[in-house]
Amino acid sequence: MMINSTDVVAVLPFISVALGSVGLLIADLLIPAERRHVTAWLAAALLLTAAVIALSLLGSPTFEAFGGMVISDPTAFFLDTLICTIGLVTILLTLRYNQVRGILRGEFYILLALSISGMTLVTHANNLLILLLGIELLSIPLYVLCGIARPRLESEESALKYFLTGAFASGFLVYGIALTYGASGTLSLQTAPAAPNVSGDPLLLIGIGLILVGLGFKVAAVPFHLWAPDTYEGAPTTVTAFMATATKVAGFAALLRVLHGGLPGMESTWQPLVAIIAAATMIVGNLAALAQQNLKRMLAYSSIAHAGYALVGVAAHDTTSVVFYLTGYAFTTLAAFAVITAIGSSEGEEMQFLEAYSGLGRQKPLLGAVLAIAMFSLIGIPPTVGFIGKYFVFQAAVAKGLVWLAVLGVLTSAMAAYYYLRVVMVAFIREGSAAAPLPTPSAPRNLAAAISVAAVFVLGVVPALLLSMIGNGMLSTTP
Amino acid sequence: MQLASSKLRWFLAMADFVPVFILVLLSTGLALLVLLISVLFGPRRRAQNATKLMPYESGMRPIGVAQRRLPVRFYLIAVLFILFDIEVVFFYPWAAAFRALGWYGFANMLIFAALLLVGYVWLWRKGALEWESVDKS
Amino acid sequence: MDATSFVTFLSAALFVIGALGVLLRRSALLIFMSVELMLNAANLAFVTFAHRWGQLDGQVTVFFIMTIAAAEVAVGLALIVTIFRTKRSTSVDELAQLRG
Repeated sequence: MMINSTDVVAVLPFISVALGSVGLLIADLLIPAERRHVTAWLAAALLLTAAVIALSLLGSPTFEAFGGMVISDPTAFFLDTLICTIGLVTILLTLRYNQVRGILRGEFYILLALSISGMTLVTHANNLLILLLGIELLSIPLYVLCGIARPRLESEESALKYFLTGAFASGFLVYGIALTYGASGTLSLQTAPAAPNVSGDPLLLIGIGLILVGLGFKVAAVPFHLWAPDTYEGAPTTVTAFMATATKVAGFAALLRVLHGGLPGMESTWQPLVAIIAAATMIVGNLAALAQQNLKRMLAYSSIAHAGYALVGVAAHDTTSVVFYLTGYAFTTLAAFAVITAIGSSEGEEMQFLEAYSGLGRQKPLLGAVLAIAMFSLIGIPPTVGFIGKYFVFQAAVAKGLVWLAVLGVLTSAMAAYYYLRVVMVAFIREGSAAAPLPTPSAPRNLAAAISVAAVFVLGVVPALLLSMIGNGMLSTTP
Repeated sequence: MQLASSKLRWFLAMADFVPVFILVLLSTGLALLVLLISVLFGPRRRAQNATKLMPYESGMRPIGVAQRRLPVRFYLIAVLFILFDIEVVFFYPWAAAFRALGWYGFANMLIFAALLLVGYVWLWRKGALEWESVDKS
Repeated sequence: MDATSFVTFLSAALFVIGALGVLLRRSALLIFMSVELMLNAANLAFVTFAHRWGQLDGQVTVFFIMTIAAAEVAVGLALIVTIFRTKRSTSVDELAQLRG
C-alpha cells in the first residue's frame, strides 16, 4: 500500500516536472512582470533537469510500480527524454516570438510544463485510468495555450475548436474505458483481455474501438483529423510547433501503451483497423497538403500525413520503428517551425503564406538552408533522419506481411515531394519580394534551429545511436 | 423451466425499479391533472387588458428585464467555485476511511491540500478574487 | 435482462444522445453540454460495472472523471466567454476565420 522508492523512480520524470510546475507557479508570482523571460529560463532549466533524469534512467530494467498502475521500460524513459527535449527547444523558440507578440507570460511556461508532465505520465501508463489522467493533463493546458494570444480572434477560434474536438474525443476515450472495464473487470492494460471468456466479448471490442477513436483524435488520424488544420493555423506558432511535435509523440505513446504494451493476444483484432486508418491518413493528409498556400496549414496536413506513416509502424507491431520515426519527425518539424517563427514583422503579424518566403534562401542563406533541410527530411531524402525513419516503418510493415501498406507509403511519399519541394523552390529560386520582412534576430531561436538540424543529420547518419536508447520496445509483462 | 427461471430473474431485477416507475407514473399523472384543472377552471377568453398579461397579475410590478447581462466576474467566481468544490469528492472518501488510512492517508491529503492551496494563492495574487479592480497580470 | 444490462443500455443511450448533440448542435455551449452528457454516461457505466464486478475501481474512476469534467468546464467556459466577448456569438458556424 505504502509507496516506496522504486515507485518514485518509476515516474521520476513525471514527478519532477509536475512538482517543478507547481514551483514555477509560485516563482512566477515573485518575478516582476517586466522580467517574464526569467520564468521562461526557469522552465527551460526544469525541463533540462527532467530530460537528464529520464536519460539517466534509460538503462534500468523493465519494472511495474504503484501496484502495476505504471510501468517503466527503456522506451518509456526514452519518450520522456524526447518530450522534455522538445519542450526545451520550444521554449528557446518562444523567447523572441512571444515577446514580439505580447504573449511572453508566466502562464505560458507554467501551462507548457504542466502539459509536459501529463505527457510524461502517458508514456508510463499501464492502467487505463492513468492513461486517461495523463491525456487530460496534457490536453487541458494545451486548450488554454492555443488561446493565449487573445484577443486575437484566430487564436481564440483555434482554442475553441481544439477544446470542443478534444473534449469530444475525451468522451469517446472515457466511455471506451468504461466498456473495457465492464467487459474485463479490470482497468489494467496487462490483464484486461486475459480474463476468461473476455477476448471475444462485444463489450470489450466496442470499448477498445472507442478508445482507438479517442486516441485517433489526439494524434489527428483520418477520419478524426478535421480539427488539426484550423487549430494549427490559428494558434501562436510556438504553440503549434509544440502541438505538432510533443503532443503527437504523447498521443502515439498512448497508442503504443494500449496496443503494443497492453492487450496481449489481441493483435489480430486491432491490426486490420489500424492498417486501414494508417492508409487513409497517409492518402488524405498528403492530398490535402498539395493544395495549401499557407505554410502553417501545409505543415498541419503534413503532420497528419506523418501520423499515417507512424501508424504503419503501429500496425506492424514494431514499437522501435514508431518511436524512431516520431523522434525524427519531431526534430524535423521543429526545424521547420523555427524558420516560421523567425519570419514576421516586428508588429507581430507573421508571414504564413508561401509568397512571403520567396527569396529567403538568397537574403538569409542560413535560414533558407534550415527550411530546405527540414523539407528534405520531411520528404525522406538521405542522409536525413526522415529517410531512415520511413525505411524502418516500411521495413517493419513488409516483415509483417503488410506489403500493400508499405507500397502505399512509398507512393504517397513521392506525391508529398511535390509540395515540400515547392517550398524550397519558392525560397531559393524565386526572386525576393520587397514586402517580405527581414527576420528578427534571436540567439535562442538560432540555437533551437541548430539543435534540430544537428539531430536531423546525426540521427540520419548514425541511427544505431538512437536505436540502442529506445531499447526493445514495449513488452507485455504477462506471458 | 429454464425459461421460467430467466423470466423470474427478469422480474426480480425489475423489482428494483418499481419505485422509479411509480415516480414516473405519479409525476406524469400530476402534470396532466394540473393541465386538466387549468383548462377546466381557468378563464376561457384571452386576456384583453395589460394587467392580465403581466407575469404576476395581482402581485409585484416587474422591475427591469429578465435577460439582464451579468458581469463576467460572476462566471469567473462560479468557475473557481466548481474547481475548489470538486476537492470534496476526494476529501469525503478520505474522511469515511479516516481511521483505516491513519497517518499515511493524512500525509497524502496534506499534500493534496497543499497543491490546492498553491493554486488558491496564485489566483489570489493574480487578482482573480478582486471584485472591483481589473486583473494585475 | 438483468439490472446491470438495463443500466448499461441506459448509459449507452445517454452516450449516443450526447454524441449526436455534439454533431448536430451549432452553439458552442450546447456542444459542450453534450460532451458533459457523454462523460456522465461513462460515469453511470462505471458505477454499474463496479457493482457488477463487486469492486471499487469503477467508483474511484468516477471521482477522477468528475474532476476532469470540472477542469474541462473551467477551461471551456472561459474560452467560450472569451470568444463571446470578441465575437458576440457562440455559434460554431460563425467561427470561419480559419479555413482552407
